[in-house]
Amino acid sequence: MTITRTDIEYVAHLARLEIDPAELDGYVSKLGRIMDFIDTLEQADTDSLQPMAHPQEMAQRLRPDQVTETDRRDEYQRNAPETADGLYIVPRVVE
Amino acid sequence: MSDSRLTVMEMARRLQAGEVSSRELTADCLSRIQAQNPALNAFIAVSEAEALAAADAADARRRAGDAGPLTGIPMAHKDIFCTAGVATTCASRMLEGFVPPYDATVVARLAAAGVVCVGKTNMDEFAMGSSNETSYFGPVLNPWDHARSPGGSSGGSAAAVAAGLVPLATGTDTGGSVRQPAALCGITGFKPSYGRVSRYGMIAFASSLDQAGLMALTAADIAAFLQVIAGADERDSTCADTPVPDYAAALETAVTGKTIGVPGEYFDAGLDPDYAAAVNAALDIYRELGATIKPVSLPNLALAVPAYYVVCPAEASSNLARFDGVRFGHRAAADDIESLYKRSRSEGFGEEVQRRIMTGTYVLSAGYYDAYYLKAQRVRQLISDDLQRCFEDVDIIAGPTTPTPAFELGAKTSDPVQMYLNDTYTVSANLAGLPAISLPCGLVGGLPAGLQLIGPHMADATVLNFAHVYQQATEWHLQAPGGAA
Repeated sequence: MTITRTDIEYVAHLARLEIDPAELDGYVSKLGRIMDFIDTLEQADTDSLQPMAHPQEMAQRLRPDQVTETDRRDEYQRNAPETADGLYIVPRVVE
Repeated sequence: MSDSRLTVMEMARRLQAGEVSSRELTADCLSRIQAQNPALNAFIAVSEAEALAAADAADARRRAGDAGPLTGIPMAHKDIFCTAGVATTCASRMLEGFVPPYDATVVARLAAAGVVCVGKTNMDEFAMGSSNETSYFGPVLNPWDHARSPGGSSGGSAAAVAAGLVPLATGTDTGGSVRQPAALCGITGFKPSYGRVSRYGMIAFASSLDQAGLMALTAADIAAFLQVIAGADERDSTCADTPVPDYAAALETAVTGKTIGVPGEYFDAGLDPDYAAAVNAALDIYRELGATIKPVSLPNLALAVPAYYVVCPAEASSNLARFDGVRFGHRAAADDIESLYKRSRSEGFGEEVQRRIMTGTYVLSAGYYDAYYLKAQRVRQLISDDLQRCFEDVDIIAGPTTPTPAFELGAKTSDPVQMYLNDTYTVSANLAGLPAISLPCGLVGGLPAGLQLIGPHMADATVLNFAHVYQQATEWHLQAPGGAA
């Protein structure tokens, strides 16, 4: 599996990361090295196995449909970079 | 009050006997931190005022006859556990200045037991690293040799305990982040079974692998703390509601007649020969204690690390999508929302974190999901099945924690795969959700070596029992950096 600069740019966009063009080649080489290492998984015979998503067999626990959390918006918004009137402020997204 | 490296049990005895107050123990920890932390960089933040107030409250509880076994014991939390009103950074620029509005369940349960938190320990950024070099706040130094890494990601907790700054610290273990630094710093580090301890308020890295852990001088100290933090939590649906046994009571059980499985693959190429000798010497101790050593096989051991480095970055890329510069965390200046996301994340996250997000996004992307992500999950099942098969014949699995003792800072930073191979012996327990401990078992070239014990799911008491009887028979856990006892 060869990783190209185009792959890195595409994946960076999917992950919403901005890669400095000067660092692109470094990513190509290091991610390529990681993917070569991961490619060793191909040798495993796993045809008879189901994917294991979680370390324990468990069903989702249910709880009574009751309100347990109180409104703590002001407290939570203290960590926000920018708010106004209880709303989060971002650059204009709708023209 | 200048005895260095007191255990939790010894502190508890002195508190109980009225020989010392929590305020004195806490002040002593704070003065050690003040003296040694500038060199070690083990703490990101020290909360002196809060700690002394908590110590006074603990002393008041004791006077009122309301003290529990751990009331008044000072300790530290890894800076991945949310602490209400105290900054929690995950060693990332992304969370610089973030003050959680709530406590993690582990933090809340210990506080309710009267335990005193003196500060937050340094770590690899978002727990992604095996050397503590990815921290935004700079690497922690190994107390045994300041040119070497303490391991990671819970390197600050390991160094703090090894240097005697605190008797115990929390850690988290996603692929070995409690056990590997414990081994490299010569202390005891325990990763409980997945689901034994709540993950609520523990900043998520890879949710099917993460587990809160404990780092201390002895297994007995860890058992006492596990008793408080283990058990169901309605705020974490993956936290098991199976009953919590009496861990202290199980510590003394004799290992006579028990069987220890030793995978031959552990001793293949890559393991330092002197490290192997230290592990074999530990197995001899267990023979003398009446246990049987039985060879077992983990034929797919070499696939554990590559499988881990698919599953773990995949989950990380998803978990870290929440950091978008809008609701909390670092925000970069930008004129449009897309640039705001991208710049905030690229400025806020360090190199290794971005690399793992990229790897995870890649293996989950259209066209590669089956070939990488589902394949790795099938290999995960294979590795879990191999371990289960061993436990049909043995009570516990033993081997080295790491391939070598502490390596020099900077030695593995240029090649991520070399760094990842540090996790060869530790990741399987996370993939399978099993309890595992690292305990000091010797010195290699003057540096600590770690013995790892892995038990069946929810057999946390068995793992602590095996560790404790070894520590009753040996003194490696008492070896302190610089030769001080």
